[in-house]
Amino acid sequence: MSLVARHLEENNIPSVVVGSARDVVEECGVARFLFTDFPLGNPCGRPWDKEMQQAILEMALNLLQGAWQGRTTVQTPFRWAEDDEWRSVFMKVSEENSEKLKKQGEARRAQQEKVKN
Amino acid sequence: MLKRRSHRSFNCYIDLSREYYAAHGYTKPYAWVYNHEVPFSRLEKPLSQCRIALVTTADIEKLPGETLQERHRHRKVYAHPSDKAPEHFYTQDLEWDKVSTHTDDNESFMPLNRLARSAAKGKIGSASPRFYGVMTDYSQGRAMKKSAPKILELCREDGVDAVILPAL
Repeated sequence: MSLVARHLEENNIPSVVVGSARDVVEECGVARFLFTDFPLGNPCGRPWDKEMQQAILEMALNLLQGAWQGRTTVQTPFRWAEDDEWRSVFMKVSEENSEKLKKQGEARRAQQEKVKN
Repeated sequence: MLKRRSHRSFNCYIDLSREYYAAHGYTKPYAWVYNHEVPFSRLEKPLSQCRIALVTTADIEKLPGETLQERHRHRKVYAHPSDKAPEHFYTQDLEWDKVSTHTDDNESFMPLNRLARSAAKGKIGSASPRFYGVMTDYSQGRAMKKSAPKILELCREDGVDAVILPAL
């Protein structure tokens, strides 16, 4: 998505990326980035929370107008939860699941080989 | 109370995914794009006169019986009428946190109704009559040489002044 945004900027169309993977977007480097520190999946606000979603959209619009240089990141004020438990569940690797992940990888590579041949 | 942490608060998905795929037995980590230079364009007119478009990585649908591999092979950049959005976008093939949340509410990742509301309030001139879809591509070359120019072409066809790109 960041690569598309960069291409639009190079061709005089201002853009704003709205997302939650801060490192990925900032490494790629975009003109404007509206960051919400949520689990991946809901960069435009908590599901069914219209008020938050409208606020995030309007922050993105304001950033379109207000940024005066590239790499402008603005973080929205919203929190997903009081605790940080959600941060450790996505792509979790632990002693408990390492064997399962290894087997999933083997199955996926076998499937990819099958498609190739 | 003063809070202290020995690490940054937000998740680092480059680190997480490298470790996750290494645990799957992949020996060569994915190389993410890094750029020092960043292109920047100014908005040439007030928001209240601008036509704004949305771009999503979600797909319109997955055909019945189609495998994920087939879906990925067939996916193309698309444009779709904004007033005929699917009830549910297809997102199951994308990497998002399926433990902590869900994508049952389109507006949480593709705010077409919220954008229409901003147009109705006069915050923007108009919402583009079409929104655009682009696949999350493992191939950065394909994303830059094929998908991005196609999105640009669609924006120009619709007279779009600026674009919002929510990344799932």
